Amino acid sequence: MDIGGTLVKLVYFEPKDITAEEEQEEVENLKSIRRYLTSNTAYGKTGIRDVHLELQDLTLCGRTGNLHFIRFPTHDLPVFLQMGRNKHFSSLHTTLCATGGGAYKFENDFRTVNLQLHKLDELDCLVRGVLYMDSVVSGGPSECYYFENPTDPDHCIQRPYTLENPYPLLLVNIGSGVSILAVYSENNYKRVTGTSLGGGTFLGLCCLLTGCSTFEEALEMASEGESTRVDKLVRDIYGGDYERFGLPGWAVASSFGNMMSKEKRESVSKEDLARATLVTITNNIGSITRMCALNENIERVVFVGNFLRVNTLSMKLLAYAMDYWSKGQLKALFLRHEVNLTQPQKTVGALLELLHPS
Amino acid sequence: MAECVRLDRSASSHTMDKSITLPPDEIFRNLENAKRFAIDIGGSLTKLAYYSTVQHKVAKVRSFDHSTKEASSDKLYEISMQEEVSARLHFIKFENAYIETCLDFIKDHLVNTETKVIKATGGGAHKFKELIQRKLGLKVDKEDEMTCLIKGCNFVLRNIPHEAFVYAKHADSEFRFQTTHPDIFPYLLINIGSGVSIVKVESEDKFERIGGSSIGGGTFWGLGALLTKTKRFDELLQLASRGQHASVDMLVKDIYGGSYGSLGLTGDLIASSFGKSATADKEFSKEDMAKSLLHMISNDIGQLACLYAKLHNLSRVYFGGFFIRGHPVTMHTITYSINFFTKGEVQALFLRHEGYLGAIGAFLKGAEEDNPNQYSWGENYAGSSGLMSVSPDMNPMQRARSGTFDMLEMDRLERQLVNLPLLQDPSSYIPDTVDLTEDALAREYWLYCFEEALDGVVKRAVASQPDMPEAAERAEKFSQKYRHKLQTLRHQPFAYGSLTVRSLLDTREHCLNEFNFPDPYSKIKQKENDVALRYYQKAIKSLEELSWEERQFALAQGVLAGNVFDWGAKARPWLVDSYDQWLERLKGPPHKCALFFVDNSGVDIILGVIPFVRELLSRGTEVILASNSAPALNDVTNGELQILTERIAAMDPVIQAGLREDRLTLVQSGSSSPCLDLSRLDKVLAMVVRERQTDLVIIEGMGRAIHTNYYAMLSCESLKMAVIKNSWLADRLGGKLFSVVFKYEVPAGKSSQCSPPLTRS
Repeated sequence: MDIGGTLVKLVYFEPKDITAEEEQEEVENLKSIRRYLTSNTAYGKTGIRDVHLELQDLTLCGRTGNLHFIRFPTHDLPVFLQMGRNKHFSSLHTTLCATGGGAYKFENDFRTVNLQLHKLDELDCLVRGVLYMDSVVSGGPSECYYFENPTDPDHCIQRPYTLENPYPLLLVNIGSGVSILAVYSENNYKRVTGTSLGGGTFLGLCCLLTGCSTFEEALEMASEGESTRVDKLVRDIYGGDYERFGLPGWAVASSFGNMMSKEKRESVSKEDLARATLVTITNNIGSITRMCALNENIERVVFVGNFLRVNTLSMKLLAYAMDYWSKGQLKALFLRHEVNLTQPQKTVGALLELLHPS
Repeated sequence: MAECVRLDRSASSHTMDKSITLPPDEIFRNLENAKRFAIDIGGSLTKLAYYSTVQHKVAKVRSFDHSTKEASSDKLYEISMQEEVSARLHFIKFENAYIETCLDFIKDHLVNTETKVIKATGGGAHKFKELIQRKLGLKVDKEDEMTCLIKGCNFVLRNIPHEAFVYAKHADSEFRFQTTHPDIFPYLLINIGSGVSIVKVESEDKFERIGGSSIGGGTFWGLGALLTKTKRFDELLQLASRGQHASVDMLVKDIYGGSYGSLGLTGDLIASSFGKSATADKEFSKEDMAKSLLHMISNDIGQLACLYAKLHNLSRVYFGGFFIRGHPVTMHTITYSINFFTKGEVQALFLRHEGYLGAIGAFLKGAEEDNPNQYSWGENYAGSSGLMSVSPDMNPMQRARSGTFDMLEMDRLERQLVNLPLLQDPSSYIPDTVDLTEDALAREYWLYCFEEALDGVVKRAVASQPDMPEAAERAEKFSQKYRHKLQTLRHQPFAYGSLTVRSLLDTREHCLNEFNFPDPYSKIKQKENDVALRYYQKAIKSLEELSWEERQFALAQGVLAGNVFDWGAKARPWLVDSYDQWLERLKGPPHKCALFFVDNSGVDIILGVIPFVRELLSRGTEVILASNSAPALNDVTNGELQILTERIAAMDPVIQAGLREDRLTLVQSGSSSPCLDLSRLDKVLAMVVRERQTDLVIIEGMGRAIHTNYYAMLSCESLKMAVIKNSWLADRLGGKLFSVVFKYEVPAGKSSQCSPPLTRS
């Protein structure tokens, strides 16, 4: 499990090569848990199994099986624990591998249902997970990709990218907040910096500004809005480009800058506000990342995290910003599974840790 | 972005306030001689700049012409008051609402017709262009904002010693002023207007916008207005100062239950700004949202600033723009952010005159033919408002922001000022011994002292001009002005940079000059010089009768005794006593050249300093006598000293030979203060000091050797001599009234001399 600030991510390995003898020896509780997890795609009101990202016929520790990805909001953790109590998780005498801040915060709550947590550092898990995902999915289309012609919307297309020799790379994990890691090898990385302006900020501000309540809703609104009605652009101030400093007229001079005027506050739509929030947060992550890449002298950046889930808008913005402001020096990379995945890397990393302790 | 915020539509609907009447004596002073206007119109404030010539009285001394037998006069020399013209820069800041009233006022009072153009900058310049042209009949010439900003920044950093400060919210004094490095470049200027511009400044004319961010003051204002339905920027800041961000932000401890130890992230750190408003289904207070927003924006700007500073290897980072402009709340959050991201390696610096930078720069652009950068300029404490706190609860005296005029006046100094070349480390030199901004007890005492002494100063000022019937009235105005300054300083000790005994004395001199009392002590000095001269030959004769060793001691005592009115037998050891080391040194080879900063007129200079100098000359040491350029208290001025040495030379062949052979040189210090700032001295003095390979610096008197320079580290030998003439200070130093300081120091490496600390044990 990866228990984050907003979401809990769970991976479950379902062995498919169970022999008849094994099946007989298996306790009833385990069978019932497996049946419950694999036969449903939704659990309660908020739990979801992302069927489309299930990894089938995977070999782990000599066993073949399927890897399932399940997610639910962190505030529903008590419901999950209650389910565990009902299904007698504790009778399995097993250890649950957990990462994310919640592994620490909720450790005692797990004890109340007699579950032992094996706590793992989340950044260790993230790095291991990202590298593993890239290697394991190599059979099909490349896990890693970039946008070709990011500055030209008409010709901007996804292209596979081979992470054969991945180091050094900058790994930007955009969850509720953002962590930026410089990775030099699988076991050698450092957290360069982070910012509190992340996915949680986007959703939080959208909720306050538009009254929406889910990430999907916020993204949907953003896709229909126009941020230039909310933001003050360079051309709004200088009438065009600010040539003395090489600033193009379309660049944002002040995020939400137009909202200083009462008249303009009254004329914008909720969609415009959602879009401006998305653009503001995304561009800011881009600019901090770019400065870190320069300071660390790294040219490849992999963006991962919840925030990018079903968020092509932000990915293209990041690709554009990296390319434009670095004059083509920096390459923004994304992971294909991110489009649908609920950030599986960390959870998979945690699972790997259980199987192959480093 | 650099641009100042344009007027909010709602703000522009303010009716122009025409009802205010402007007191011409205080605001827009010297308009009749004004030329070269410049204006910087921002989102809410207008800053106007102009140059004027000021006529004021100066005291001059002139030797009587002895050839016409005038010498029979009983006066030593002639004192006269003359009119002198000097240059002054005026900067006035007021709310945009008053712009029309102000323009009318200027038009009515402007006499000079040479002015044809007004330089303009700032986001509002465009909007008011037509109004300015119509009202003043001047052509509006627009200048690039960023260029003006940088020019202004360079100007204040170079000319105002305590321009930059570090803000520390919970310290005894919130403002800690910095010694400006003699080389102000390179530095980073982070201008937080509606957006953020990050500018690297490498030299006077070379700067580059190396980056920026769209998340700035406009984001705080715009997003804040949406979230809280609060329209005004100041109100948003007030909301923020009352809020609790933790109810809106997701903290590390909200995710981890505590800190994230392995990364060193504390539990209170913000993990996700506004993170709780995404998950918790509840109402958030305006205050809490405003606070969260303020933290989010300040942290973000601080982080980017640090990343740019690191990439360009810069450690001096100044912050400006309307987001900062004296607001304690934003200065605090920015400071916090910089400390966090650099782990204390970089300090966030703020500027006292940050709001004026654009106007100063625009003015300088227009005044290039006058070469303003060729001169040194000094802040006139009498005509400047000083740094005001904008927080109403911080300062009960504080005016509401509206309806007030803030002013800065800079005087063009006669001489160009530079560092004494003999300072060990010019970048860490602090002239003042006690910082009254940080020492509340000392501050109380000295403010009280100066207030108590005020009536005496007024009497003396009136008495110095017996032929002028309106002197009493002027003296009363002086008294009011200075008393008001003292009151301001009591509440805002940081108003003019670090508060020191020196700044209190200088402010008094500026105020006296303002009301045409250029030299209240002139007649007293004249009389005392006259009396002392009569004893000169007798004193020299008795000194010459002493043995060498007795004479050295008598000479040291003479300087000390001359420096105090009530000199009794002061048994050694003195409070600070390195006389023995000094005597040992005198037994060695003579110094190449001694630089002597002199103090008082009368007995001090004539019977104390000159005999001491005479001995140095006899030993083969050249001597440079440095005296004030203009009067301060009863200190001997360069003009007076010229006459006195001539008179002494006529009686004393040693002095005569010294002058004739150019081994005794008189230079002016460039100062008109009873104290001494070794980082602002006349360029000529510095040149002479260097040429003569000066290897000894002598500083005499309480103002120059105790209040200032007690801790000054020089790269050559130094001798500091003073008698402590103030019982409070004596007590502080662990001595009694009239305790003696005789501090001879040899720089480290040349000898192992340790200096006694000036603190109570």
